[in-house]
This record gives sequence, structure tokens and C-alpha cells, in this order.
Amino acid sequence: MPSLNNLLLILLLPFCSFLLLGLAGRKRLSPLAGILGTTSLFISALLSVHSAWTYFSSTSSHKPEVAWSMNWLQFSDSLSIDMGVLVDPISMMMLVVVTVVSFMVHLYSLGYMKGDERFTTYYAYLSLFTFSMLGLVVSVNLFQIYMFWELVGVSSFLLIGFYYDKPSAVSASKKAFIVTRFADLGFLIGILILGHGAETLDFNTLIARLTDPSSPWLGALSAGSFLGASALTWGLLLVFMGGAGKSAMFPLHIWLPDAMEGPTPVSALIHAATMVVAGVYLVARLFPVFAIACPVALDVVLWTGIISSVFAALIACAQTDIKRVLAYSTMSQIGYMMFALGLSGYGGEAGLGYTASLFHLFTHAFFKALLFLGAGAVIHMVHSNEIKDMGGLRKRMPVTHLAFLIGCLAIAGIPPFAGFFSKEEILTAAYAANPVIYWIALITAGLTAFYMFRLYYLIFWSRESGVSNAHPVDEHHGEGTISMKLPLLLLSVGAVIAGLVPFGNYVSSDGTPLHIHLHIGDAVLPVLIALTGIGIATYFYKTESSKPAKLMQSMRVFYMTLHNKFYIDEIYLFITKNIVFPLIGRPAAWFDKFVIDGTVIAIGRTTDRIAETVRVMQTGRVQDYALFFIASLITLAVFAIYLFH
Amino acid sequence: MTDFLHLLHHELLLSLVIVCMLILKLADRGRSGSSWSNLLNVLLLINFAGGLLIEAEGSLFDGMFRSNALLHFEKNVLSLGLLLVGLLATPYLRNHKHSAEFHILIASTLLGMFFMLSAGHMLLFYVGLELATIPLAALAAFNLNRGESSEAGAKLILSSAFSSAFLLLGISFVYGTCGSLQFEQIALTVSGNPLQLLAFTLVFTGFAFKLSIVPFHFWTADVYQGAPIPVAAYLSVISKAAVTLVFISVLYSVFGALQATWTPYLLITALLTIITGNLFAMRQDNIKRFLAFSSIAQVGFILTGILGANVDSEGIVLYFLLIYLFSNLAAFGVAGLISAATGKESILDYRGLHASNPRLAWTLTIALFSLAGVPPTAGFFGKLFLLTSGASLGNYLFIGIAALNMVVSMYYYLRIVKAMFMETTAQPIGKIPTGVAPAIALALCIAGILVSGLSGSFYEHIHLLTLSY
Repeated sequence: MPSLNNLLLILLLPFCSFLLLGLAGRKRLSPLAGILGTTSLFISALLSVHSAWTYFSSTSSHKPEVAWSMNWLQFSDSLSIDMGVLVDPISMMMLVVVTVVSFMVHLYSLGYMKGDERFTTYYAYLSLFTFSMLGLVVSVNLFQIYMFWELVGVSSFLLIGFYYDKPSAVSASKKAFIVTRFADLGFLIGILILGHGAETLDFNTLIARLTDPSSPWLGALSAGSFLGASALTWGLLLVFMGGAGKSAMFPLHIWLPDAMEGPTPVSALIHAATMVVAGVYLVARLFPVFAIACPVALDVVLWTGIISSVFAALIACAQTDIKRVLAYSTMSQIGYMMFALGLSGYGGEAGLGYTASLFHLFTHAFFKALLFLGAGAVIHMVHSNEIKDMGGLRKRMPVTHLAFLIGCLAIAGIPPFAGFFSKEEILTAAYAANPVIYWIALITAGLTAFYMFRLYYLIFWSRESGVSNAHPVDEHHGEGTISMKLPLLLLSVGAVIAGLVPFGNYVSSDGTPLHIHLHIGDAVLPVLIALTGIGIATYFYKTESSKPAKLMQSMRVFYMTLHNKFYIDEIYLFITKNIVFPLIGRPAAWFDKFVIDGTVIAIGRTTDRIAETVRVMQTGRVQDYALFFIASLITLAVFAIYLFH
Repeated sequence: MTDFLHLLHHELLLSLVIVCMLILKLADRGRSGSSWSNLLNVLLLINFAGGLLIEAEGSLFDGMFRSNALLHFEKNVLSLGLLLVGLLATPYLRNHKHSAEFHILIASTLLGMFFMLSAGHMLLFYVGLELATIPLAALAAFNLNRGESSEAGAKLILSSAFSSAFLLLGISFVYGTCGSLQFEQIALTVSGNPLQLLAFTLVFTGFAFKLSIVPFHFWTADVYQGAPIPVAAYLSVISKAAVTLVFISVLYSVFGALQATWTPYLLITALLTIITGNLFAMRQDNIKRFLAFSSIAQVGFILTGILGANVDSEGIVLYFLLIYLFSNLAAFGVAGLISAATGKESILDYRGLHASNPRLAWTLTIALFSLAGVPPTAGFFGKLFLLTSGASLGNYLFIGIAALNMVVSMYYYLRIVKAMFMETTAQPIGKIPTGVAPAIALALCIAGILVSGLSGSFYEHIHLLTLSY
């Protein structure tokens, strides 16, 4: 058991840094803000690594334990809400991932955000986000996780909309907030269903009650049927809906690419390693319930995951904005984690998918943060997100080039980089569980290698001059400060060695060590496919030529479909505009303006119109008010006397 | 004799304070507005602190007046509210020549509420209600040189006279059919014959009027718009809280036998109230009207809680009222400060407030988050509990609509936050001096929101208190 003080300190340090910077430090602490935030995160990260080390080296069997909890709200005699710290393999692993990546981002931002007039505010938001994410990870019950879940949502809203003078950033943060809030509504209802049925919100008790086939709670929850599914299935599916919203799973993914409007280090933190994997973490947290009590819900997780995975990989092949490629690649990789969970069983060898999924979460955090930070360095230099403004940068940015290459190799699954091991485990699990899934996953892996190397070549090779007319390279910047290069180097090391961690010994579905044997033979095909993907990318993109254009021309329809992200945004638009709209029957003039903001605001506007109609009654004349008063009174009285008696 | 003093100590103390105020006013003519405010705020503080001292249980005047720990607690909450309003009103009263009268009138209404709360008899209840209403009309007209304000006063007095007439008619019918106006007697004899149903409906509308329940709310918008901000705050928070508490005890204990009638009443009116309140709030650009309409929507949620009518409901509503008091007073307080200093009351004027007045902006943000029910502020728990209470009846469709409205309301509360933090304007509001008294009041409100949200002991205390009565 790691020491409780350390665990609490891990959480409190970012929180204190937020309080200090956010409330007191706007002016006074401004030069120190970055140092302060970074230092506190550094200590947090050290403590996390230390705690994880003590935890994993102490015993071999790891059951979830509540290290600390306090009674927070006494809801009624049978239902009270606690706040606490849960210690188990996945929470310890997540503590390390969140604090380490967050520390890297803090460090990197010292250089990246230098000179921004809201520097202090930026660090305050970063600290708040980190604190919320840590609180989410150590939650002991559904309610606590929901609270922090919302806090994560709010702080990411602030970070995505950080450049609030950019209209696109504001609308992106709004979109992210609305889409995830919509999903969170489902999450909340799911929590209420599960909490109501199991009569507890506490994870350990809930899992115990819902996985025991003879328990009355499980019986009650799975007995009834509503629209063809039991209350348990609905509860779990709604909880998964919350997770899918945060993790940008199809079809709730539309906010993720837009969210790239935030500062790039923020994307590395939120959209690579932490918030977007919250959904995976949530499913993993409730995994025994999914696996034992409700395999149907797990199937939904499986198919959502695999569809998102291949779908996003296809779209990523045709994007021209560097961060959007990375965004879709994140979505694809999270889809990987999701379907690995979905095909996993509980306990023993069957639980390989679970271990593999979380292993991939772990390795992905390193190489994806690395890729985002590398992209940040490129953007910092070129002042543009568009691939067409880049090219030939490998000589100008040797460190970034190397780091980015390592990231690409890792994500493509080339041995011995981190991604190879985790992806291999997932594929092994898939092969055992379902050949269809296996082949789709394999194709996705090939696509991943292709689009990542397409990106790599277009940034660092392709055009030899490396200078675009529209965006002359800023020579003063060079590659950025040492504080920007250091995280790249450290994360590169992580992307190389993270795969060597004997993950199965630590994290498994039932808490007992799982020994994983990788067969070289199994790995040949995936690696070959990845190499093919890289080869194709090399052929088309290594030097500037007309080959990609020709290819694009010959597959025009397909390319445009991908480029426009399968027209999903357009489909949403079409549905709202052509189906929802005539039903509500509102004139098109005012509807057009906010279709983009989705249905939620549409409801707002509709009600607005109704309000205007109701307003007519607000005449301002007391006589009229008296008349309405009497009319209502008579209605009520008639209603009471004749209808009810 | 001591019994008498103990049971009536809130009322006696407050009367004493009012008399003191009157004497001070008569004796001194040269005092400035702000020194009056300070002096009278000290009196209100004494009133609040004095109220905390004694707890006694029993009844007086043949059961006409009763008191117990729960009622004492409720009165303490209201006293605290009055103190907060007094503190927040200082900038408004600084240059007003009748600031003493403002305090005297507002304290008188509180006295009326105290009697109303403690009433065990319809007559005492009615007298309390009138005492709580009539001075409010004078207060609504307190901006003496503005036609709008006089209009507000006139409308309030006319409409409330109108609703009082129906209330009295209802009370007469109750007397005619039950043979008594004693609450306990009515509870025993009420059976639900048509005349009693009519009588109940009339009484119900009396409450509905005071609480601005839709469709008896029409007076609200005009009165809030015309009235000075501290008065609007008082009307929408303290006055509503007091009437809500009486409403609960009248429904639960006096007309408990008619639950089959008032459940659909509450269901329909709660729905109308939430939806109408939200619809109007969404359209307002004037912060005062905005807060007024959003508080109508809040009343709808309170009705949802009352609807539950189980053992927890009263505690839940009381808890919510407490949170609502802190949150809404904080919001009104900030709006009042800004209005008193600059005269600006439009939401558009709040753009960029965070840059010039970070403290005020944060205070307003926390208050709005709490009103919107964003976790982890207290308002979230308040709303959650209210909905749970309402859901115990099994009206899931209704609860679903209410929950949806909660999300809608989030949209318009956050709109103001967005204006303050994310938008800019050519003529931003300059740095506003807060002053000591309002700063204390705002700090108390924020502390209240945070403490009652983050610590369960608040709710537990209230819960236990209501369970024992």
C-alpha cells in the first residue's frame, strides 16, 4: 500500500496550484506562474511514480481497496455519498499517466505559451484540469466520478476555448461542451438506474452486488424489461454513453476534431492521454459488471469501438490539418482500446483483452502526447496547421524530427517501440475472440501506419526547400526553448521503452497476474501490414511529386468522402435541417444560423419563439392580470370539483 | 411568563428593533444615508444573533401561535436573509433620503412572515400575510422619482388586494364547512366535499399568487422591473422562502386529506412554472428581469420537491431554500452593486466584467453556477434532491421534463458567465468599489454556497430537524 499522505498530496498539489494561480496570482505571481505549476506537477508526478512503484512491488494480487474516504453527504439512511481515494492497479496506472503527461505539458508550455498575456490563467486552468482528472481516476463511487467527470468537462471547456477571441475556438469549446453534456445526461441517468437498483453507488459494493448471480439486486435489475432490454442493460449502456461522449466514440465524436482549436499542448494533455481515455477507464472500472452480468452491453462497447477505430483511421488518411490527423488517429486508437475491452472476458486467459486495452492506453499516452507536442513545435515554427505549409523541415528541426519519427514508429506498431507490444496484445486477443474483428483491426493498423507516415513525410520530407511562400519559417524560433525540447526527448524515451513493462503482471481483469506470451509468428502479419502502409506512404509522399494528386484524381469520390469525414457533420446538419426542421415548422431564415450548434440550441430557439407567444399575455395592465387570475382560478376549481370527484 | 418570552422571542426582538428604528428616525434628522444604513445593519445583526439564542417549543393564545425548533430555525434563516439584504442595500441607500424608512418597512414585512410561519390559526396567518405584503408595495415604489417604480408599487398593491380577496373568501368557506379556523380542527374535519374543494382552491391561489406560480405570476415581471434591486431581491428570495415554508405546512398538515387534489395542482402548475420561467428568463437582457424570471423557474423546482410529500420532502425544500437564498442574494447583490455604481442593468453591459472586476465576476459566476445546479456547487444537490423527492411519486415523465429544463436553464445562466469572461465591449464597466458591508454580505453568501455544497452536515441538520416535526 502506498502511503496515504502521498496519494492525497498528488491530488492536492495541482489543486493548490490552481487556487493560488487562479484566485490570487493573476498579477502578482505572473512571472512565477509557469514555474509554480510545473514544480507542483513535478512533485505530483514523482509521488505518483513512487506510489505506483510501492504498490505494484508490494503484493502480487491486487484487489481494489479504499485507501481513504469520508462521508460527504448523507442522502438518506440507506444511501450516503462518500468522497475517497480508491487504490487498485488501474487507478495507480492512471495516476502515473496523468501526472507524467501533465508534467510534460506543463514543462513544454513554459516555452510554447511564453509571452501570452493570459499565461497565469492558462496555468491555472491546466492545474484545475489535472486535479479534476486525478479526482476522477481515484473515485470510489459513481457519484464522485460523475462530479469530477463534470469538472473535467468544465475545465476542458475553458482550455479549448482559451483563445476566446477566436470565434472558431469559442464555437469549438461550445460544441465540445454541448456534445459531452448531452452524453453526460445519459451518464447521470445511467448512474441513477444503477444506484437505484443496486442501492449503492460505491464501486466495490456495486460490483460485488451485480456480479453475484444469486444476489437480489442483480435479480431485480435484470428482471424487468423496457424496450427490449433490462434495467441493468439500460443502466450500463447509458453509463457507456457518457464514456463514449468523453472518449469521442462514433457517433458522438464530432466535437473532437474541432476541439483542436485549443493551444496544442492542451490537445496533448486532454486529447491524447487523459480526458479522452476517461471513457475507457469508466468501462474498465465497471468491467466485472459488464463482463459477468451483461455481455450484451459489452457487445455494444465492442462494436462501437471497432467502428470508431476503422472509421477514424479512414478519415485521418485524407485530412490536411496536422492536428486533425492526430485527432482522428486518437479516436481510432481509443476505438482500439474500447473494442479490446469489448471482446474481453473476465478472469484468467479470457481477460487478455482487458489487460491489452489498458496496456494500449498506457503506451498510447506516451507516444500520442509525443506526437502532439511534436506537432506543436512544428506549428510554433511554421505558424500554420496546414500540411501544405510544411515540408522539408527535418534539417531545421532535428530534435522534433527524431521525436516525431519515434512517435510514428510507435503508433504504427513497429518493434521494438511501445505501440508494437500493446497493439500485438490487442490483436492476439482479437484473434482468439472473433476473426472478423481481427481482420478489421488489422486493416486499421495498416491504415494507421499509412496516414501517420503520410503526415511524417509531408512535414519533414517532401518539399526540399522547406519554405512556403504564404508562411515563411520563423528563424528566430528555431526549434523552441530547451523546455520544449526536453519533454519531447523524455516522451521519446517513454515511447521506446513503455512497451517493455510487464503489464500483465500488474493489471488484469480479476486482479491476479496474467502472464502474456507473445509468439513471434503472430506478430509477423501485423508488422508486415504496418510496413506495407509505411511503404505506400513512402512511395507517394517522400518526395514531392504528382503521384498523390493522380491517386486522388482516380479515387476522387472516395477521397472526397474521407476528406469530408464521411460527411458526418453534414449528416447531422442534414438531419437537423431537413428532418427536425419541417417537423418543428420554423422558417428557415433564423434556423440556419444555429444549425451548426446542434439540436440543443435549436431547442433554445424554439422555446424562444413560444415565449414570444406567451409574452402577449404580459400586457402590463393590471385588469388583464386580474382576468387571467380569475380564469385560472376557475379552471383549477372546475378541474378539482368535476374531474376528480 | 418566561414561556411567553421564549416562544415569541423572534417576534418581540424584531418588534423592538423596528421600534428602535422608528425612535432613532424621529430623534435624528441630520444623519446621512450611509450612516443610517450602518446603524440599522447593526440592529439587524443584533436581531439575527438574538434569534439564535433561545429555542423553545409550545403554543400560545389557545394554539393560535405555535413555535418549535424547526420554526426557530426557519426564522433564523429568514433573519439572516434580511441581514444580507440590508448589507447589500447599503450602496443603493447611500444617497437615498429615506433609508431609515426602507429598513423599517422591510423589517415589518419580516415580522409579518414570522407570524405567518408560527400561525396555528387562519386569522393569524392572514394578518401575518398582509403585514408581509403591504409594506412591500411601499418598498416597490421606493424609487420615488421614477414612474416605473410607482407603477410597480401600484400594481403590487392592486394585485395583492385582489388575491387577498379570494384568499379571504376561501378562508370564509373553510370556516363555513369546517366550523373552525384552527389548523388542527380544519385538518380533522376536512373531507373534500365540493365547497371545501372550492375553498381550498381559493386558498391555493392565494399562495400561488404570492409565490408567482404560473398562471398567477403576471404581476411579477412588472413589479420586479420597477422595484429597486434590493427590493426585488427581497421579494424573490426572502418573501418567497417564507411563503413556501407556510405553504408546505398548510398543504401537508392542514389540507393533508386533500392530497388527491393538490397533487395534480402542483404537478400542472410546477410544469407551467418551470417552463414559463425558463422561457422568459432566456429572453431577458435586463439582469433584474432575468433574475426575476429565473427565480420563477426555481419556484417550479421547489414545487416539484413539495410534490413528493414524503418524510424527506420538507427537509429537502428547506435545504434548497437555504442554498437558493445564498445564491440568489449573491447574484442580486452583484447586480445591485453594479447598478448602484453605474446604473447599468443590461446583460450586455456585463461583457468583460472579469477583466475590470474579477472578484465580482467570480462571485456572480459561483452564484449562477449554483442557481443553474452545476456540480459541485450546493445548487446541484438542492436540485437533485428536489427532483428525487418529486420522483418518489413515480411521475417519471414529469421529472424528465423538469430535468430537461434544468439543462435549458444552464444555457442561460452560463450565457452571463460567458459574457463576463469571454466577451469584450467598447465601454466596459470600470472598477467598482465594493464597500465593506456588501463585501461582507457577498462573502457570507459565497461561503454559504460552498459550505452547504461541500459539507453534508448542513443537510443532515435540516433533515433531522424536519424529521422530528
